[in-house]
Amino acid sequence: MAHDEVSGHDTAASDSSAVETTRGTTAGTTVIASDVVNPGEPPHRKRVTDVDPKANKTAQRSVYTLFYLSIAGSVFAVAAYMAFPIEDGDPTALRLNTLFIGIGIALALFGIGLAAVHWGKALMYDKEGIDERHPVRGTDATRERAVEIFEQADKESGFGRRTLIRNSLIGALVAFPLPGLVLFRGLGPQNEDPVELLSHTMWQKGSRLTLDPTGIPVKAADITIGSVFHIIPEGLNEREDRLEQKAKAAVLLMRLNPDDLNISPGREGWSYDGIVAYSKICTHVGCPVALYEQQTHHLLCPCHQSTFDVVNECEVIFGPAKRPLPQLPIEVDSEGYLVAKSDFNEPVGPSFWERP
Amino acid sequence: MARKSRKANRRHPLATVVLIAIGLVVTGGGYAAFSSTTTASADTSASSQETIDEGEKLFAANCATCHGMNLQGTDDGPSLIGVGAAAVNFQVGTGRMPMAMQGPQAMQKPVQFNDEQTAAMAAYVASISPGPAIPDAKYLQADGDAANGGELFRINCAMCHNVAGAGGALTEGKFAPELTGVLSTHIYEAMLTGPQNMPVFNDDNLTPEDKRDIITYLKYLENNPSPGGFELGNLGPVAEGLFVWIFGLGAIIALMVWLTAKSN
Repeated sequence: MAHDEVSGHDTAASDSSAVETTRGTTAGTTVIASDVVNPGEPPHRKRVTDVDPKANKTAQRSVYTLFYLSIAGSVFAVAAYMAFPIEDGDPTALRLNTLFIGIGIALALFGIGLAAVHWGKALMYDKEGIDERHPVRGTDATRERAVEIFEQADKESGFGRRTLIRNSLIGALVAFPLPGLVLFRGLGPQNEDPVELLSHTMWQKGSRLTLDPTGIPVKAADITIGSVFHIIPEGLNEREDRLEQKAKAAVLLMRLNPDDLNISPGREGWSYDGIVAYSKICTHVGCPVALYEQQTHHLLCPCHQSTFDVVNECEVIFGPAKRPLPQLPIEVDSEGYLVAKSDFNEPVGPSFWERP
Repeated sequence: MARKSRKANRRHPLATVVLIAIGLVVTGGGYAAFSSTTTASADTSASSQETIDEGEKLFAANCATCHGMNLQGTDDGPSLIGVGAAAVNFQVGTGRMPMAMQGPQAMQKPVQFNDEQTAAMAAYVASISPGPAIPDAKYLQADGDAANGGELFRINCAMCHNVAGAGGALTEGKFAPELTGVLSTHIYEAMLTGPQNMPVFNDDNLTPEDKRDIITYLKYLENNPSPGGFELGNLGPVAEGLFVWIFGLGAIIALMVWLTAKSN
């Protein structure tokens, strides 16, 4: 075959050029020690498709089959879009719709890609050739000419001479990103002290403990031993910034056997007959700690497995959290509802720079 | 050089595609094989003296070793005073009791007693001291408000049981079991009685209607496929990350090897 003839000639050419490369001392090869002989390019290896006409035929067939498969995939994707309408909101239809459109488009793109690569690898001309790297540095004449052009441009534009115009241009370029900075500042908190915001929550003396999400107040008698109630402060749902407030004020209410609780001096009046309220916001990075095990009295944070011991005022017994969960002091009002005695006595949630 | 070409000979151009396809089929098939259901049901609340006597005998023979002849509890098992029929129906009806051995938590296993025997024991325990009763069938039909149930589930249950009810790990070998394939009665009873380390969700916390809505949500999840395609067990970032690392990156690496390999 003519094909093969060319290949034989080409291999010889590339071999000789490889030898020359070792002898020449271009910038890129000077580091090679002189006693190391560049073995040059390996001899050209013929592919199955070059020597076996049958394999060549097979390769051709798989390439055009893949291209046809790609066309089929595109058609299939369009057909799938028609066949599985998602208008009725049925999740099964949605699932089939995305699944089959996806399969169709994947087939279409993969078909093109696989066929193109296979074509290039198995059928296209594959003789090795070497293109020498040319030096990056321009000739002295080119470099001189470039400097000349710059100088001429400076002279003609007056950029170096008319300093007032030039400096006003630089000034304008410096000033133009400023509106962006101002707009970005506007996205941040306004006239508020972030330390103050992080240090206080919605809880205050007398605010009732209410159920999340309904806001129904909770009576002490409702809470049986072993219960856990997810609590939000009274009036949270009516606030415009309810999500911001909830992120700080969410509380977990549990009832244990009063004898099990180890209460430290100063916190005697913070619980009511075994009912304790703790901040739900982890002191590590602020995930909601809510995995309560009612027999071991452990509270587990799902994010990094910090474990708090409710019996010992939520001290950390495992994991990366550094501080116990803040306790919300509670009492019972005249109607039997649980109310907060005050806000938390320390900032809730993770540490921050200015935290006392 | 010769070795390299022999190596290249072994690879068929479509080997990568076939490999990915096999991987997907194995993963999907494996998942399908794991989804099985357990069945057991008990919905009787009739407790004649005869049933109670029958339950007492069964209790004495199977439960009293750990829970005591008078339900007072021993070093090996908690007191059953006040747990009610609901707790018995849940623990025995799901096969958690009688326990095979002490461990981090009582495991679900094949149910040891038939519905009648379970009901008899429940009636006996309830007759000794009152406690939560077996729930009314009208709350178990999964015909409530799934959206409300979903919100309540995410607030009260999802942190342990996973937002899709796939279950999750707790401390020291304990875990919250998956909720698919669990009978409505047992879901209701679990909320009501707080088995093992699960907290109690009494009727003041989640009203019977709320519990019905949560059951509705769980049954909706069970009966409707995920619109996102393969759930990979709904286990969240671990399962999904593992899948992408093995199959996604694996496919990319395989394609790269194929792209850069010389044709044989």
